Amino acid sequence: MNDSNAAFTLAPAADSPRPLALTPGQDLRGYLSALLGRAVLFFITFSSVLAVLLILVFVVIRSVGFLSGSSIVEFLASQNWRPTAEPPVFGALAIIVGSLYVSFAALVFAVPLGILAAVFLSDIVSWKVRNVVKPIVEILAAIPSVAYGFFAVLVLAPWLQKQFGFSTGTNALNASLILAIMALPTIISVAEDSISALGRELREASYSCGATRLETIVRVVIPAAHSGIIAAVVLGMMRAIGETMVVWMASGNAPQIPHPWWDLAQSVRTLTATIAGEMGEAPETSLHRGALFAMGVLLLLMTLGMNLVSEYFLARAKKAGGRT
Amino acid sequence: MRKAIVSAVAVALAMSTAVRAETLRIEGSTTVGPIADAFAEYFKGVYPNLEITVNKNGSGNGATALIEGRCDIAAMSRFMEPQEFSKAVANKVYPVAWTIAMDGVCVVVHPSNPVKTLTSAQVREIYMGKITNWSQVGGSQTPIVVISRDSSSGTYETFETLIMKKQPMAQGVEYVNANPQAQARVRTTPGAIGYVGLGFLEGVKAVPIDGIAPTRQTVANGTYPLSRPLFLFTNGFPKLGSIPFKFVTFYLTEKGQDLIEAKDFVPMTNY
Repeated sequence: MNDSNAAFTLAPAADSPRPLALTPGQDLRGYLSALLGRAVLFFITFSSVLAVLLILVFVVIRSVGFLSGSSIVEFLASQNWRPTAEPPVFGALAIIVGSLYVSFAALVFAVPLGILAAVFLSDIVSWKVRNVVKPIVEILAAIPSVAYGFFAVLVLAPWLQKQFGFSTGTNALNASLILAIMALPTIISVAEDSISALGRELREASYSCGATRLETIVRVVIPAAHSGIIAAVVLGMMRAIGETMVVWMASGNAPQIPHPWWDLAQSVRTLTATIAGEMGEAPETSLHRGALFAMGVLLLLMTLGMNLVSEYFLARAKKAGGRT
Repeated sequence: MRKAIVSAVAVALAMSTAVRAETLRIEGSTTVGPIADAFAEYFKGVYPNLEITVNKNGSGNGATALIEGRCDIAAMSRFMEPQEFSKAVANKVYPVAWTIAMDGVCVVVHPSNPVKTLTSAQVREIYMGKITNWSQVGGSQTPIVVISRDSSSGTYETFETLIMKKQPMAQGVEYVNANPQAQARVRTTPGAIGYVGLGFLEGVKAVPIDGIAPTRQTVANGTYPLSRPLFLFTNGFPKLGSIPFKFVTFYLTEKGQDLIEAKDFVPMTNY
């Protein structure tokens, strides 16, 4: 009884490590150190912002020489990528299409799987199992991409050739399958977060109206979480479009647009793979290097745009989560 | 007290200069890389204080690094381009070439492929996309899967110079970024044709070009159409007896030639 009373009595002022009144010198020192702390923290935070800006500026500057030439139309409209020919031709259309092609194909595989897995983890399986499975899924994201690449070349490519009779196994299908596996942890993790953030009330309201579990998930839960799911998909797509090593190893790197367009068995080449593969040999001040930097600008713009889209939807998902 | 600090600093400085290892930075061709690695390994055993780094990122990068003073020796599977030379001289770097070994770029196909021999013109037309089926060159009715190394590799450059004669490759040609990967792709793809270094022939079939098979001898004397010398470049003639000098002349020793042969390249001897 006495003990609990003692807990409520205030400690005498003399025991406090801080004096109640500060001398002007102490006051000033405190003010200055707070200011200094703020400045240091601001500088640290700002340096990462600065790094992004500097990268953007650097890439744009290095590509200006190429983009200001008359070749920009050729760059965006021609399918001929012959950087070392005489005279060189820098048509990146096939490569731009290749980048989008494998990314979208990867999404076709990854989005249904990812959303189903997210719903399964949040709504169907027990909390205990979810707490084991989710971290394991997230480990997929920690496997180095070159390991995926080796798997693509040494296992998946021969298997595709044998199983489907493709003449080549390193093709758009191979690259998209691997990219889908790599995008899955992002999609599952973000989508699961937003689906489970919806809360119990929504689901119970649905059940109380007589809806079955399937109806609740399809008609209520997924529509209500659509902002978060879209953000998850966009983040997964960013992962796919920025990935380099895997597509460099798995896609075959032939700078062509598949014909007919749905033929995933043909080799394609992506922007990232082209930059990684050719930067080493492109002479310092050549048009070739400028063209590679122009590809970098294009990639930056694409990911920047996607990032804005995902930010928008994530913010909406947060708002929706707060409302329930 | 101050004296003690000063002497401690002096001792520390003296120790650091004594312990500080001499460094040798090598950068360049992925093809020359295995030789440079083997030499470096041997040198580390002989000179324990020597610190050698071998960076394998392409002949072009090696040349750039030498020009910009970022390495002591550039390993290259092609000779320096005139532009690179003039840029080097403008940077007060004077490249000196050391031919340390010969390499054969072998045209390889799947072991099950019945094709016996190809001419360099046929290989060129396959890579240009004019020949698309093995039946056009005496093989079975199989579409050709054309596999090339990436354009930043010295192997690509040699192939392009010696076989393509600056003709562009077809759009459908696949690119892989390393010798072992090209070998793996050809080994697992029945319709494939590719090209690799002499050390990567396991599991694939090397096709004679213009009637000459790639062997030690045909590569060493240059009769095989796809043979080429491998170079080390130094900035100026290294000081006699210095570590860089010993490194670039190591190919003349018996041990050096053994190491070159162990990596499936051909020593610069013709007897």
